[in-house]
Amino acid sequence: MSYFTGLILLLVASAIVNNVVLSQFLGLCPFLGVSKRVETAAGMGGAVIFVITIASFVASIIYKFILVPTGFEYMQTIVFILVIAALVQFVEMFLKKSVPSLYESLGVYLPLITTNCAVLGTAINNVTNNYDILESVINGFGVAVGFTIAIVIMAGIREKIEYNDIPETFKGSAIVLVTAGLMAMAFLGFSGVI
Amino acid sequence: MNRYLERLYNGLWKENPTFVLMLGMCPTLAVTTSAINGIGMGLSTTVVLVLSNMMISALRNIIPDRVRMPAFIVVVASFVTIVQFLMEGFTPSLYASLGIYIPLIVVNCIILGRAESYASKNPILPSMFDGIGMGLGFTVGLTLIGMVREILGNGSVFNVAITPLNNYHISLFGLAPGAFFVLGGLVAIMNVIRKKMEAKGKPLPAAQGCLAGDCSGCSLSSACTGKAAGSQASATTESSGKEENN
Repeated sequence: MSYFTGLILLLVASAIVNNVVLSQFLGLCPFLGVSKRVETAAGMGGAVIFVITIASFVASIIYKFILVPTGFEYMQTIVFILVIAALVQFVEMFLKKSVPSLYESLGVYLPLITTNCAVLGTAINNVTNNYDILESVINGFGVAVGFTIAIVIMAGIREKIEYNDIPETFKGSAIVLVTAGLMAMAFLGFSGVI
Repeated sequence: MNRYLERLYNGLWKENPTFVLMLGMCPTLAVTTSAINGIGMGLSTTVVLVLSNMMISALRNIIPDRVRMPAFIVVVASFVTIVQFLMEGFTPSLYASLGIYIPLIVVNCIILGRAESYASKNPILPSMFDGIGMGLGFTVGLTLIGMVREILGNGSVFNVAITPLNNYHISLFGLAPGAFFVLGGLVAIMNVIRKKMEAKGKPLPAAQGCLAGDCSGCSLSSACTGKAAGSQASATTESSGKEENN
């Protein structure tokens, strides 16, 4: 298997087979909180794709060129969370100044992502699995695409659910969790693919 | 002494982070495949929570208000790293089964929520007991959910098989969908209890964090405000405007 086939497999695996929300339980907060309407969900998904891809890139560069040579690998949790927090602030400022149109569509979601556990989780996973920089970026992008797929499907279902006759006790987040469970069952079907 | 006991009671029962406040749902769903995992995750979170509460409370007059969030994160992340290495050394099998969720204790809303809403305003000893109470409440919650999932999914409790049940287990409950189903059921049960308590005139504290549709509870940048953030939102009437103003 060549390196590039490996990259494509990695992308499919991280986006669909090991879906970040439905099988790893990372990023549940935005998944449950920002999934009421399809447009907002898609906006959140776009912002997550943007941030996780950049964060995986920056985190793996910092790990490879700063932490490993200096022998500070054990500081990864502290360094990564600070880097991610700073990065999100920086991306927000940069978009505001240079790409105002993109900022308008993603801006409101950026602060929400800072400590979305999916961002930190992906950065740590990249290191644990010994991915090189390109693999980290691909993995990060795949994870974020998986998140977007999950949150947009969920938002679509929730728009429909709103008009259904749900038992009184299950109204609100209970029915959302049950729906997520059914979606997770569907995604479980992908587990044999790779 | 009463004050300390009150903190323990508050964390374990009155404001139980899992059942009443509904905080820290990522680890709750992820690691509760068995009761043992639930206890392990709960106790490691408790250790981090107690230590970070004490440290933050000790430094509460030194940390400038404007940089308190980054400062809290550094304190929490340091303790998480220490706990991570201790677990890797002394409980390797638990470390392997909890995996990535140990470093992710850093972004658990309970820890920053307590730091922000309690430890940064109160002296060291009460903060310590607050940490113990909240941590044990979280541990109890995770263990109970873990037990339910282990019984349904594997027919055993704490790895001890229950004879008639282990022939009829539903392995789905040990997998990802089971976690969502069990938590959905739990939220529904809490909705019923909430309603009953309200009818009695003793309403439960409102749910916070993700399940109340309040994402700001989990986001460090806009400050994990603990109580204040979710005080109007309750699990029964899911706040509609909440996600818009985030």
